[in-house]
Amino acid sequence: MTQDTVDMTHGGGGRVMHDLIRNLFQKHLSNPVLDRGDDAGLVTVPGQRLVMATDGHVISPLFFPGGDIGALSVHGTVNDLAMMGARPLYLTAGFILEEGFLLADLERIVWSMSNAARAAKVKVISGDTKVVERGKGDGVFITTTGLGVVSEDVDLSVANVRAGQSVLVSGTMGDHGVAVLSKRENLEFETEILSDSAALHGLVADMLAATPNITMLRDPTRGGLAGTLNEIAATAGVGITLDEAQIPVAPDVAAACELLGLDPLNTANEGKLIAICPTSQADTLLAAMQAHRLGRNAAIIGRVTDDPAQFVQMKTQLGGTRIVDWLAGEQLPRIC
Amino acid sequence: MRYISEFRDPKLAKTLARAIKLAAQPNRDYHFMEFCGGHTHAIFRYGVQDLMPPNVHFVHGPGCPVCVLPVRRLDDAIELACAHDVILCTYGDMMRVPGTGRRSLIKAKAEGADIRMVYSTIDALNIARDSPDRQIVFFAIGFETTTPATAVAIKRAQAEGLTNFTVFCNHVLTPAAIGHILSSPDFAPNGPARIDGFLGPSHVSAIIGSQPYEAAAQTYEKPVVIAGFEPLDVMQSVLMLIEQVNAGRAVVENQYTRVVTRDGNRKAQALVAKVLALRDSFEWRGLGAVTDSALRISNDFAAFDAEKRFAISEKRSREVKSCECPAVLRGVKKPTECKLFGKVCTPDNPMGACMVSSEGACAAYWSYGRQRMPETAA
Repeated sequence: MTQDTVDMTHGGGGRVMHDLIRNLFQKHLSNPVLDRGDDAGLVTVPGQRLVMATDGHVISPLFFPGGDIGALSVHGTVNDLAMMGARPLYLTAGFILEEGFLLADLERIVWSMSNAARAAKVKVISGDTKVVERGKGDGVFITTTGLGVVSEDVDLSVANVRAGQSVLVSGTMGDHGVAVLSKRENLEFETEILSDSAALHGLVADMLAATPNITMLRDPTRGGLAGTLNEIAATAGVGITLDEAQIPVAPDVAAACELLGLDPLNTANEGKLIAICPTSQADTLLAAMQAHRLGRNAAIIGRVTDDPAQFVQMKTQLGGTRIVDWLAGEQLPRIC
Repeated sequence: MRYISEFRDPKLAKTLARAIKLAAQPNRDYHFMEFCGGHTHAIFRYGVQDLMPPNVHFVHGPGCPVCVLPVRRLDDAIELACAHDVILCTYGDMMRVPGTGRRSLIKAKAEGADIRMVYSTIDALNIARDSPDRQIVFFAIGFETTTPATAVAIKRAQAEGLTNFTVFCNHVLTPAAIGHILSSPDFAPNGPARIDGFLGPSHVSAIIGSQPYEAAAQTYEKPVVIAGFEPLDVMQSVLMLIEQVNAGRAVVENQYTRVVTRDGNRKAQALVAKVLALRDSFEWRGLGAVTDSALRISNDFAAFDAEKRFAISEKRSREVKSCECPAVLRGVKKPTECKLFGKVCTPDNPMGACMVSSEGACAAYWSYGRQRMPETAA
């Protein structure tokens, strides 16, 4: 990395980002909690199991169909806690504001944060504000840190993933990424595609009540389903085989992806989760997910396999097979 | 998704697969070049190869605009962005292609050059209108599919009197490339590689029609079937090619009738003919210099030609050593026959354009097909 500089691919949710985390951050900050590679850190303090997670939000545009950076900064961190099976309790929020940013817009964002926090039953208990000169930021960046508690009997971790287990998703893939991209690039579709931005801990609580021995949960944000499953396969040292026909994608999202040359499997979600569980429990878990408002379109999409190559593969609708790869760089539009 | 899912129907795919198996004579092999990277990716993304009998082979052609652009032209674009202080507008696929010394547009951007990814020439025009004090250069690449959009932008810029907008024109032409491949020693009767027919370009043919391929089909006695980009299009076209080969015919047929006609889009052709002009010769990565194979900006619109407005320096451009992109683009080597493939060259660390582009053959092999190559395991 001698003369290399940070470029956009380091934030793209692909293998480059994964390698940066492992080879730079984890190298210097290594400890047993961090090294588990989960969405949030789990620590035990006397009498309590605490989960802590942090998430920076730099989305452009700040307001997008179905959400804004304020609600997203609550949902993003709450979901990282939820993926550990935790009940989120508290958030802190750090704001980096750019000189010249409209106060009315800032208030809209904070108002949206407060609504999202109230709905998720979390309190923002501390904050920080810094202002940088015009041109040194992009309006507003928000970093939130969350604290939650997790009960004694819950043990969700990528370290528990084994061959033979089932892979489920809670709903349609790619909604958030397409909603944001359509706004960012001024692409107008006949029907507006909305971001799925939502807090998932309620869904997770219902899932754990029905199936206490879920193996792991993760939210497929940047990098989408494909990136997240590759991360799981690489961390757990397993392969994953998917059935394309079972993966839910909303028709308008699929159509927009066709038009833009995107793949819904590489496109970000902000209100969906991936669950892995023992196959004997998969149907029970699926029923619990489908009974919740945020899991109505849940589906069993594949199996964990024993594969030293750690490939995420897919049986295509057509009847062939292919790899489902990490995205290289940022997802780019079709040119021809 | 109407008009798309029909062309990915698993039941029809099975029926076609059976028909192909029946038609393919077991005592011979069939080698079909799919010209377009779009076809290569459809074949891999949907697993079409898995539905083919073992004696039907796909040979991947040069139809990836990012891939065939020679390093020199990319180096020139990087120079425009870095040394001439312009806003360089480019299609996204170009960003990560390595130039000489593995410099790329995305690296130049990280170092401070003003390089913007656009979806269309109209976006570049908007940037030019919004930044009257800056020079905007549109990095135009692509086959006949994208040339009309470039021509439209130049015409609009002229109509509006925009003085800060130019185009760095790298548009190339498909029929010239097909003729060049078929006349090369690689595919001579006793040459190292074989082509029994072509899956012809789909979107390109929407513009130019199917007629321009007739000369090559006749001269070189190779069947051409214009094929759509969906998996069933590809499969049906393979069946049509096998039937032509079996019957000893070599004509241009059109499978993609829902989009392509024999004459193509005359309006677009007229527009392109007005704004752009034929270059005597142009260098392609892999194919070398090909006569009458590319377009420049015509003299009437010279004010919008970036090559005339900016003094682009002479330079000694170089491919990455032992990168087999040129041979892959000619269809004489498979990506897996490159020493760099999957070892030092991956989509995250590309050594050549074919590993970068969403239409490149190496990227298709790696991103969709490496389960068939156990040696590439993580």
